[in-house]
Amino acid sequence: MLRLKNVSKKFEELQAVSSVDLNLWERETIVLVGPSGCGKSTLIRLAIGIITPDEGEIYFKGELVTPENLMEIRRKIGYVIQEGGLFPHLTAIQNIRLVAEYLDWNPDKINTRIKDLTDLTHFPVDALERFPLQLSGGQRQRVSLMRALMLDPEVLLLDEPLGALDPMIRADLQEELKGIFKSLGKAVLLVTHDINEAGFFADEILLMKDGKVLQQGSIRELLDDPADDFVKKFINAQRNRI
Amino acid sequence: MISKTKCLMLGIVIAADFCLPQGSIAGDFNNEVTIGSKKFTEAVILGEMAYYLLINKGVEVIHKAELGGTQILFKSLVQGELDIYPEYTGTILQEILAGEVIKNEDELKDKLASMGILMSESLGFNNSYVIGMKKEIAEKLNINKVSDLRNYPELKFGFSNEFMDRGDGWPSLQRKYNLPQRDVRGIDHDIGYRGLENGSIDVIDLYATDAEIDYYDLKSLEDDLNHFPEYQAVFLYRSDLVTRNPELVKSLLRLEGIISESAMIKLNAEVKLAGKSEGEVASRFLERELNVETKFYQLTIVDKLIQNTYEHLFLVVISLSAAIIIAIPLGIVTYKIPRFGQLLLGIIGVIQTIPSLALIVFMIPLLGIGAKPAIAALFLYSLLPIVRNTYSGLKDIPLQLSESAEALGLPSKVRMMKIELPLASRSILSGIKTAAVINVGTATLGAIIGAGGYGQPILTGIRLDDTGLILQGAIPAALLAFGVQGLFELLEPIFVSKGLRLGENS
Repeated sequence: MLRLKNVSKKFEELQAVSSVDLNLWERETIVLVGPSGCGKSTLIRLAIGIITPDEGEIYFKGELVTPENLMEIRRKIGYVIQEGGLFPHLTAIQNIRLVAEYLDWNPDKINTRIKDLTDLTHFPVDALERFPLQLSGGQRQRVSLMRALMLDPEVLLLDEPLGALDPMIRADLQEELKGIFKSLGKAVLLVTHDINEAGFFADEILLMKDGKVLQQGSIRELLDDPADDFVKKFINAQRNRI
Repeated sequence: MISKTKCLMLGIVIAADFCLPQGSIAGDFNNEVTIGSKKFTEAVILGEMAYYLLINKGVEVIHKAELGGTQILFKSLVQGELDIYPEYTGTILQEILAGEVIKNEDELKDKLASMGILMSESLGFNNSYVIGMKKEIAEKLNINKVSDLRNYPELKFGFSNEFMDRGDGWPSLQRKYNLPQRDVRGIDHDIGYRGLENGSIDVIDLYATDAEIDYYDLKSLEDDLNHFPEYQAVFLYRSDLVTRNPELVKSLLRLEGIISESAMIKLNAEVKLAGKSEGEVASRFLERELNVETKFYQLTIVDKLIQNTYEHLFLVVISLSAAIIIAIPLGIVTYKIPRFGQLLLGIIGVIQTIPSLALIVFMIPLLGIGAKPAIAALFLYSLLPIVRNTYSGLKDIPLQLSESAEALGLPSKVRMMKIELPLASRSILSGIKTAAVINVGTATLGAIIGAGGYGQPILTGIRLDDTGLILQGAIPAALLAFGVQGLFELLEPIFVSKGLRLGENS
C-alpha cells in the first residue's frame, strides 16, 4: 500500500531520518517506536507528504508520489496526530465534514457517513455541535479519528494518537482503536514512544534511534532477540516492573 | 516598488473621486471657483469676503479655509486646485519668489504672470510684520525700536513657526540688527499672545493688523533699520479665471483699495475678540462698503457637527476600507513569502515613522489639497497594524494545526480561506481596530490641507483661542474613536468563531 524507499531527511545539521525502508501492506499495522527525537514523527510526516525527503522515494499503491498527485493521495490517507489537531474554530461536525464538503459530497451522503462513524467510534451524537475546547481529550481523539476516516481512506497514519490522554482512558481507547482497525481492515502506520502500546497494536515494529531503524520485527522477536544493547535497554526500561 | 505604490494610490484616489461630494474637485469645471485661505483670522476673513462677493454670480463657490502654509496655497493655486487666495506682497517676494531678483511691482506681476498667476492691486492696507512686546515691560526697559533689543540679551523670544525660517524672518532680522538673544522658540502665532500674557516669552512677531495689539496692551517696536518689506494685502488668482469668467474677476477686484488698516484691525477684532464668525464679519463689511446683498447665513452648531462628522467619517471610512482590502492580502503575502514580507514590513514600518502631519503634507505634490491627500496618508498609516497582525496571526498558528490542514489534502487556497484566516481572525480584527483608532485621531490633521472633519473646529479654536470650539472637534473625535472601538467589539462574534473565543475564558 505505502512504501518508503531509502528515504533520508536532514533539518539543517540534524539528520532526522537516514536511509529508511518501510513497506506497509494491506490490513497490516506497523508501529514506529523509539525515544523522542529518533525520527519516527519525521518519518510519518514524510509518509503523508507534509515534508519531502532529501533522498529516496515514496510510493502509494505502486505509484510514485509527486507534487502533482500529492493532494489526491493525501485524501486516500487518514492522518491523526497527538491532541487530535482539530481546528478550534470549527465544531466537531464541521471538522469531520470539512474535506467532504470541499469535494462537494451531497449532504445526505455526508450525514450517513457521519452516522456510521459516530456508531463506529461510540461518539455521542449530541456532542457533534460542540467546539473542540468543549470536548474531553478522549472525545477529541474520536473526532480526529472520524475526520481521518471520513473519506474512507485505505491507509491510516497516526502520530502518538493517545499520547495526551490519561492512563485509564488511554487503555480503553487502545482496545477500541484496535477493534476499529481490525473491523475496518485498513493498513495502519502508528507512531508511539511506548513499547507496550507498540506491542499491543503491531504486526510489525520498527524500532528507531537517531534516524535509523535499529530493528524490525514482531514484538516477540524484539523481546527474544534484541539486535543490540540499546534495543534491550529501550524495551526493558518500559517493561512493567510491578 | 515606487511605481506600484503610486498605482495603488491612484486606485484609491479614483475610488475616492467617485464618492467625493459634488463640487470638491476644484478648477475642473468652468462654473466652479475655489477660494483658499491660510489658517489665520485675517486670511479667513478676506477669503470669506471673496466668497460672499462671488457667491451670487451663478457659479458654485467653495471656500477652503484654514489651509496649511504659504507654499501649500501657492502650489495649489499654480496647479489649479485653487483659483483665488489672499496673499501679501512681502510674502510673495520673500517667500514664494525668494532668490529671484525683482526690483518693482511690474517685474513682480510679470514674474507671476509667467506662472499663470495674476495679482490684484492692494486691498488697501499694509499688514507688515511687527516685533512687539508688552507695553509695561517695554516702558520699564525703555525699548521703543527693534535696535533697542540689543541691550537686553536675556529677553525670551517666541516667534511663529513660519517667521522662524522665512526669508525676512528671524535669521535675517537677527543679522540686520545684530541681536544677541539665545532663547528663541518657534510657536504657533495664536499661542504667542498667551505666552506673552503669562510671561513665558517677552517678544513675539505680530502682524500690523492684529486685533490683539490693543487687547493685550502691546507695543509695536519701530523697524528703525527698515528690515521688513511692505506686506500689501492682495488677491492672487489664476489667469485662466479671466477667460473662464471675466465677470467674476471684475467682482473680485471691487475689493481693491477699500479696506484700510484700521478697518482691518476692527474686522479682526470682531472675530477674535467679539467672537463673531468670519462669514458674518465679511458679509456685513461687503454690505456696508460695497452695498452688496450677501445673504449671509450662519451654520448652527448642530449643522457644523453634522458636516464635520460627515467629512471625518468620509476620510476614515474610505481610507480604512482601502487599507483593509490591501493590507490583508499583503499580510498573507508576507506570511507566504517571508523574505519579500520582511522587506514589505520594513517599508511600511518606515512610512509609519513619518510624523503624520509631514506625511499628509507630503501627499500634496502628488494629490493636491482636500480629501484626496488626507485619505492617501491615512491609508498608508492604517496599513502597518493590519499587515503586521495578519502576518503574526497566520504565523502563530500552531504547527500541528497547519500540518493537519495540509494532511487533509485541501489545496492551499482553501486552507487559507477555511482554516488559516479564520484561525488568525482575532489577530487581524485587533489590527484593524488599532488602525481604525489611529485613523480617527490622525484624520483630525486633515483639516490643515482642506479635508475638513473634526480637525476644522480644532484648528479654528486654536486660532481664536476658543476652548469651546476646540472641544467641538476634540470631543466628537474622541467619541468616534470609542465608538469605532465598540463597533469592532460588536463585530468580533461575527468574524471570530465561538470556538476560538472559548479559549479565552478557560
